[in-house]
Amino acid sequence: MTYSVRSATVRLGPAVALDDVTVEVPGGSVVAVVGGDGAGKSTLLRALAGEVSLDAGTVEAPPKQRLGYLPASSGSWAALTVTQNIDFVAGIYGLAGDELTARRAELLDRAALTPAAGRLAAQLSGGMRRKLGFVMAIVHRPALLILDEPTTGIDPVSRIDLWRLISEAAASGAAVLMSTTYLDEAERAAQLVVLDRGRVLVQGSYDQVRAGFAGVVTRSDQPVRAGWAWRRGRVLHEYWPGGDPSAPSDHSAPSSPPAGTTAVEPDLEDIVIALSLARRNTVPS
Amino acid sequence: MLVMRAMMVKEFRELVRDRRTLAMLIVMPLLLLVIFGYAANFYVSSVKTAVVGPQASQVIKMLPSFFDVTVTEPAGTQADAQTLLRDNKADVAFVTGTTPVPALVNGSNLFAAQSAVAALNKAGDQLKIETQVLYNPGLKTSWVMVPAIIGLILTFIGTIITSIGMVRERETGTLEQLAVMPIRPSRVILGKIAPYFLVAALDMIIVTVLGIVLFSVPFNGNPFAFALGAAIFLFVVLGLGVFISTISQTVGQAIQTAFFFLLPQILLSGMIFPLEAMAAGVRWIGYLLPLTYFTMISQGIMLRGAPIASLWLPFVVLTAMAVVVFTGATLRFRRDLAPGRSASPAAGQPAAAETVGTA
Repeated sequence: MTYSVRSATVRLGPAVALDDVTVEVPGGSVVAVVGGDGAGKSTLLRALAGEVSLDAGTVEAPPKQRLGYLPASSGSWAALTVTQNIDFVAGIYGLAGDELTARRAELLDRAALTPAAGRLAAQLSGGMRRKLGFVMAIVHRPALLILDEPTTGIDPVSRIDLWRLISEAAASGAAVLMSTTYLDEAERAAQLVVLDRGRVLVQGSYDQVRAGFAGVVTRSDQPVRAGWAWRRGRVLHEYWPGGDPSAPSDHSAPSSPPAGTTAVEPDLEDIVIALSLARRNTVPS
Repeated sequence: MLVMRAMMVKEFRELVRDRRTLAMLIVMPLLLLVIFGYAANFYVSSVKTAVVGPQASQVIKMLPSFFDVTVTEPAGTQADAQTLLRDNKADVAFVTGTTPVPALVNGSNLFAAQSAVAALNKAGDQLKIETQVLYNPGLKTSWVMVPAIIGLILTFIGTIITSIGMVRERETGTLEQLAVMPIRPSRVILGKIAPYFLVAALDMIIVTVLGIVLFSVPFNGNPFAFALGAAIFLFVVLGLGVFISTISQTVGQAIQTAFFFLLPQILLSGMIFPLEAMAAGVRWIGYLLPLTYFTMISQGIMLRGAPIASLWLPFVVLTAMAVVVFTGATLRFRRDLAPGRSASPAAGQPAAAETVGTA
């Protein structure tokens, strides 16, 4: 089953949070939404969860009984213990008795939360709290799992744990739509969607996104055009939408790099930044 | 000095943007000035008076102007006079036909009763009067305060505690989580409110029993009528709590807002200052407050043993308030839980087979 948001437009006051966005989330795969602050990631996720009304477009999603959602906030009740949090949510989905006991034990074990089962959610570390939120989101084996920045602000080890849990959920058949600010995570997803100011800049598999990227990224110590350059480690990268370094260029507003500059193989971070800069430098905000 | 100036500028900027605190700074002094200027008055200038019995007209002529005769029943008896006091239709009732003339005083209206007793003692030189204080013979403050305090406790739990509990879900983001779960908004609201209702009911029982045991406050009326009044009142204050939670984003804001609802109830419901002694312009505010009507019910039932029939007005007003406030507040809260439901389908957009929300 593939779930989707099609031609979705959402206006929040005068701002357009989503502008004609179409995203498909096939069952058994992870779709990662990336973009900067205010790109529309959370709005897209909340639209699919039915928490945001669309001004235009359609949403195809399972009924609430088959939907799992981890919000960007803690995702758990601070004054309840880990077990009580899971039991509460499981109770809403109709799980009880032996079925609940077995499911709770299985999830606590998989999330390495068994030793913390009796601790209050407020007393958990950030990573453990996100894992608890994730466990609560999948306790009822949802067909569509929506995760709003599940790994933001947590340590690398907890990120690995969470990614393992996310992959397992997808492997068991769930359609997973998640937002992230970590581009290395997005590379691991089957599909990625790059959003900027409410619009889809590019989407597809990592290989498709790379293959479809037009233009050249160069490396230098001094940028030719500051508005098209960004720092990567000790050097600066610069985007040239026009492409070929050997081609003659207009020096007043060159879109191709001058001869002699060093082109680099762009990774996902380069591609996302380059496309965002291209939009910002051509479409006024 | 520059650091200090920067700090002060930052503080003022924050203050200007915090409208509730600003309102507290501006509205609260004005409110307190108005209340204590016009409402803080323990002196009752006249009392509602009934005169019954065959010599009613003669006695009325002899009464000082302090006794505002509102009921005259020449055929009435002492029992009729007591009924008038029980139903709160009079603060004082003279039963003519015997000497000395019995003057029955409604002790449950403490300040009116105190003023009436003083006036009767003064008038006793000209009229042969035998003063009998009913429903609070010792004119004890605790007897009238305990029934009112019960209402205040219910108000406290209903508005402050409930609004904190509700708004905490919003502040921590768990409200969003509840909204995507397969649980009806009405069940979320009822499930959240029911514990506060039960805790408030338990608190009410404890305070009532303690009031009776510690202060010897009588309970002369029907406990079921009292429970009914308390339950209706609870719906009003719980509704206020839910309403406050819908206009607050944080627990701090909820407490601030609840304070605005709580303070007038304490000062203007007749619990501390008698309503009849307030200036008319302030008194009407008191008649808009639910605690005013619950105090009428609790004092009427506990002290005077008044039946529901004689307390129909506060029961009807509270019921109307409960329906309006509770319904309005829960509908507002429901809107936060189900934003998608308010959307109307856009023209020409097909609805998907399993759609949680279409434009």
